[in-house]
Amino acid sequence: MINNLKILIHQGKQYIPDVTNAEIPGIFRGIPVISNEKVDKKALEEICPTQAISINPVQLDLGKCTFCGECAIAFPNKINFTTTYKIATNSRERLVVKEGEESLIVLNPDLIRKEISDYFSGSLKLRQVCAGGDGSCELELGATGNVNFDMGRFGIEFVASPRHADGIVITGPITKNMAAPLQICYDAMPEPKIIILAGTDAISGGIFIDSPALNRSFLETHHVDLYVPGNPIHPLTFINGILDLIRKRKA
Amino acid sequence: MNAISIKNNQQIPFDSIPVLEYEQFLDYNTSLLHLDDNHCVNYYGIPYQGNIKLICCIANDKVGLINISSCLVELQKPLESFSQHHLAFEKFEREIHENFGIHFINHPWLKPVRYPVNQADKNSTIANYPFFKIESEELHEVGVGPIHAGIIEPGHFRFICNGEQILHLEIQLGYQHRGIENLFLQKKKLIELHTLAENISGDSVVEHTTAFVNLWETLCEHKTDGDLHFARTLAAELERIAIHTGDLSGMCTDVAYQLGSSVFGRLRTPIINFFQQWCGNRLAKSLIRAGKTNFHFSAELGETLKNVLDKFEPDFDEMCDETFGSPTVMGRFEKTGMVTNELGKSIGLVGMSARMTNINRDIRTSHPCNLYETLAHQPILKHHGDVYSRAQIRREEVKQSIAYIRDLIAAIPSENLNRKPLSQPTPNSFALSLTEGWRGEICHCAITDANGELLHYKIKDPSFHNWLALALAVRNNEISDFPISNKSFDFSYSGHDL
Repeated sequence: MINNLKILIHQGKQYIPDVTNAEIPGIFRGIPVISNEKVDKKALEEICPTQAISINPVQLDLGKCTFCGECAIAFPNKINFTTTYKIATNSRERLVVKEGEESLIVLNPDLIRKEISDYFSGSLKLRQVCAGGDGSCELELGATGNVNFDMGRFGIEFVASPRHADGIVITGPITKNMAAPLQICYDAMPEPKIIILAGTDAISGGIFIDSPALNRSFLETHHVDLYVPGNPIHPLTFINGILDLIRKRKA
Repeated sequence: MNAISIKNNQQIPFDSIPVLEYEQFLDYNTSLLHLDDNHCVNYYGIPYQGNIKLICCIANDKVGLINISSCLVELQKPLESFSQHHLAFEKFEREIHENFGIHFINHPWLKPVRYPVNQADKNSTIANYPFFKIESEELHEVGVGPIHAGIIEPGHFRFICNGEQILHLEIQLGYQHRGIENLFLQKKKLIELHTLAENISGDSVVEHTTAFVNLWETLCEHKTDGDLHFARTLAAELERIAIHTGDLSGMCTDVAYQLGSSVFGRLRTPIINFFQQWCGNRLAKSLIRAGKTNFHFSAELGETLKNVLDKFEPDFDEMCDETFGSPTVMGRFEKTGMVTNELGKSIGLVGMSARMTNINRDIRTSHPCNLYETLAHQPILKHHGDVYSRAQIRREEVKQSIAYIRDLIAAIPSENLNRKPLSQPTPNSFALSLTEGWRGEICHCAITDANGELLHYKIKDPSFHNWLALALAVRNNEISDFPISNKSFDFSYSGHDL
């Protein structure tokens, strides 16, 4: 008992008091800023492992980006990754950052379905499905519930059964072998339900998009409510994205 | 000559690998495994001039050499199996059977491994896996997965139980198969190959990427700079601390020990946040690159890391003492999920799963790469092979890694500012790279064609050897002890399924 109290005292307070304004220590690759500087565009396009960079005009698709930072290292005056971690949005197009544009990535309130804020603003239970994810996004999703990030304080939790879930969080590029289990899990959830794609692999297939071992047809037939980019996602990106999704009401 | 002996990270002309008759190939390799010093690090097939070339890599842990032999076989001709002589070959032969359709005589059961896209039997699907069944009115089956209760990767567990007791467990994998080995051939840019290596298994980013870059530099006959050796070794030990600590948290969760779960969980945070400070990614993606680094380990980072460890260590010690002194925890850890030394040897365990049952197998000692040659690593061994042994190994390896890191950061090498550019890989070569990740040995093998491009790339995660240990460990345990047994091993699904 005394030892337990000692540990509690030694640990002190570990939670991040305000997860919507926390600073990430050290370097972090969040929203990129692309300057209008003239560079060898072909070389810039060539450097990206996942064809996230397109030219004329130069733009970077965060849904494809692995955040490796190679482009910013080779062309420091052209691309600069800021530490802004709020990069989740509900519009796939909004993930494309254009040359000379400096604005925050936010959710489009018009695209948020009314039932999301009606039903889920105070409590949201999520079922995570890993469909070919390498385990990194899964570790970070697990971290959202630890004592540091403590997502549970907002009533947002991961649950075991799809029957208890209001939404599904998909990680990984969706393999052929997981396509059927994913569909079964989604079908088992009661309406209304939301779909969240967590990580570059889920959003675009990432480095795996050319592989014949994938089957991404689930995404062709279902509406995605939130895209959370990252490789892996940062817990703060995820938490802030969800909070924006469930708390923003249509005007 | 039966085989060519090479060191870890050595390349040889592909045609210098002796090609044996199958009978001799079988005799030679299976007889090697009768000695405890030898174990199989890789055994696989490649399509070769209309036939299949089997390549077997047996490591001798005593002398630090790997014996490579090969054999050319026809697709239609059934072969006597290696597995009837040594079970450690069981999974490898299943993989060869699945990929090419070669039939092995006297193999226990040639079941599918991962349902890859290029499998020989196009009618085999993951939905019709041939489970072992017992017809009985007393017994019942429990199916778990592929989607599990927590936030983890998918796999299916099929239990046959007698009441609460597990008689048999079969583990069916393959849900995570992304075709990563084929993508290694499909993708031509080096940065793409790095990205693939980083995505093999998200909890072993450093070690899989290190295996790849060591292999690539070997193929290019590139001498690795001292500061790169340093960074790779340091990152590997940091990854070990982070994942072991996180796993201790998971193990506490699975025995409903809330304090340990929270404290170990939060103790992982400063370690992975340090990766963030070093390279901008909490799991060290983007850190390791062949022939260069984008993130030099500076003296300031060394100072930061020292402070992180100074704060981490007393908290970690305190929490370990309390956890391992707690009767409620020990009651669940001790004698749960046991694997005997004999069983471990017979199925060819590697990594901490081998060391927990007193098998002295550690690449850092037997086939050292990077700075491990100078670290003189002594593997930590336990004898009981239960959950408690695995917890103890984690605790002691964390302490050992902290000591190594303290030594390493006492002399941080300066950045090499005149790096030589990487040349093209040598044509027609074979090379093999071994690293010891926190989970166990990782083996990457590459073969280049006449133009120096990759002709074949083979990845072996330690989980490939080890998954069977979990299935055997839980026999005669209560089914309620399955989660803690599973977590205590913590095998990789994506590393296995590729």
